[in-house]
Amino acid sequence: MDQLLRTGHQPDPVDSRRPSGLGRFGEYGGRFVPESLVPACEEVERAFAEAWGDPLFRAELNHLLAVYVGRPTPLTPTARLSAELGVNLWLKREDLTHTGSHKINNVLGQALLARRMGKRRLIAETGAGQHGVATATAGALLGMPTTVLMGEKDTERQQLNVFRMKMLGAEVIPVTSGSRTLKDACSEALRHWVTSVDDAYYCLGSAMGPHPYPWMVRQFQRVIGEEARAQCAADLVSGTPDYVVACVGGGSNAAGTFAGFVDTPARLIGVEAAGGAAISAGTTGVLHGFRSKVLQDEHGQISEAHSIAAGLDYPGVGPEHAYLAESGRATYVTVDDVEVLAATHRLARTEGILCALESAHAVAWVIRAAGDGTIPPGSTVMLTLSGRGDKDMATLMELS
Amino acid sequence: MNAVETRARAAKATGRKLLVPYVTGGVTENWTDLLRAAVDAGADAIEIGLPFSDPTLDGPVVQQSSHQALSRGATTRQILDDVSRLGLPVPLIAFTYANLVLHGGADQFCAALADAGVGGLIVPDLPVDEMEPVATAAADTKLDLVLLASPATTPHRRTEIAKRSRGFIYAVSVMATTGEQSQLGQAGQQLVTSLRQATDLPVVLGFGISGPRQAAEACGYADGVAVGSALMRRVLDGAGAAELGDFLGEFRTALDRTTR
Repeated sequence: MDQLLRTGHQPDPVDSRRPSGLGRFGEYGGRFVPESLVPACEEVERAFAEAWGDPLFRAELNHLLAVYVGRPTPLTPTARLSAELGVNLWLKREDLTHTGSHKINNVLGQALLARRMGKRRLIAETGAGQHGVATATAGALLGMPTTVLMGEKDTERQQLNVFRMKMLGAEVIPVTSGSRTLKDACSEALRHWVTSVDDAYYCLGSAMGPHPYPWMVRQFQRVIGEEARAQCAADLVSGTPDYVVACVGGGSNAAGTFAGFVDTPARLIGVEAAGGAAISAGTTGVLHGFRSKVLQDEHGQISEAHSIAAGLDYPGVGPEHAYLAESGRATYVTVDDVEVLAATHRLARTEGILCALESAHAVAWVIRAAGDGTIPPGSTVMLTLSGRGDKDMATLMELS
Repeated sequence: MNAVETRARAAKATGRKLLVPYVTGGVTENWTDLLRAAVDAGADAIEIGLPFSDPTLDGPVVQQSSHQALSRGATTRQILDDVSRLGLPVPLIAFTYANLVLHGGADQFCAALADAGVGGLIVPDLPVDEMEPVATAAADTKLDLVLLASPATTPHRRTEIAKRSRGFIYAVSVMATTGEQSQLGQAGQQLVTSLRQATDLPVVLGFGISGPRQAAEACGYADGVAVGSALMRRVLDGAGAAELGDFLGEFRTALDRTTR
């Protein structure tokens, strides 16, 4: 844990793993945004630091997480799949949250923060649509008009979530620039924010973006890891799992999961999509306000990512993950679409759980690693199932 | 003092208002003709956009012009090669995003600009807090790193930006992306006024300048104007160098009237 401590900044009394003053995790992070947005980022940073240290804010958030989101989510043993794989696989069930993914943890935190800051409306970007649905949900709950920027291509392949957002009263704006996916929705959200900083709060969907978002989103998501750690302590013979596994796009569910285990001996494994593997195949760059590992060509132009899971179809990764990879504390691996589809079917048939294609990346790696001995037989694996698969049924029907 | 600042201060001393057009590098096959036309029309410096795939401060017109340039196969290297052969009599200022600057290292990037005869650099997603090591590399290669200030910039940051900007200060007139505005608001004027209290460096107003009348209005308080989207919109619509030159000539005339 001390590895994440940066010198030269005021330690947060609540969390000593706060990044440095400029929002750096090692050389990653920072705040590479237009000058017009710097004061807004500073305002969010001040407001979050104050709110996070305020017991009343935390109590209200925890209350909502309990009575609205349905926390704590269970830690589910997988009897049949574990028997087949020869490892003890436990699933942290973020798919059972209200709105069906871990995104709601972060969004409720940010929406409460926005209201505390006196902002009147929310803007968000979304890829698979889960963050958009979560933001639309929080907007409805708190009475805040919500605008969601979504790549046009994603609006086509995630029509169910577009409809859900509209049902919840949100305005969904298709983004037609660039590759018309999450990458372009992020750029458009930043541009949109520039024009509306006075009354709008940018509710960013992953542990990425300019400081303080990577830190703040991880803090709002650390509830996953903290719950899982306590549940492992109660349910596992060893107390701590040998492996902690989560899928990584921007990396918010992995950041939250890892936060609960970073100071344990557990091996932390982040699973990227083979076509969107910023850590495994990227180089250091600056995208959407932060420095991290990104997919780019020889000229520094950002490459288009590909994944069957729209939520992992992003050419960058949150800066804390780049740092965890570089420091060796976490390992990042890739799986391809074929493995993901196979894993989706196998989890459904053995455990009766239809997970999101994003989450199936983590399942796919465990299946492969247990099969080839990378995970020794008898090991205990804790895997965060970040979301449920309803949104992906159209994709799966098309491929079946 | 480097080329951009020398030119900007000299103009300010004589009361000449700075006309700084923006042209996206590689936007058309004969894009360098647009630069020559701009010089002939009375530009004092020219911003050359080095297109980036994911611009966060560009409005639809400049985005589209960048996309067009990238689709044509434009690269930073090729654009700088084109520029290096021109020998234009006004300073050139590269306008691009942090990833392109830092990709191969700030030292290498700034050296490539300097070798091509570029005199300044504007990086809109590199705020003053993140400007190192680019500022050092720019200084080492005699490039003026022009910083932006916006209506949202706090007094403390305004002072810091005024102290660290080189060449001139780029005052962003509105809280918006690049693009034409139907009329100039008060925010830009207030920003320029406050910057003047912090520095004697020339202040150029940009974002939203759509035509000669607005440019003249802006130069009632600013030392000059930057014009981008209004030009690129015409280029995307098919305007050639002569037509662009005529349009910029109207800006020159309007600005020169303000100094009489």
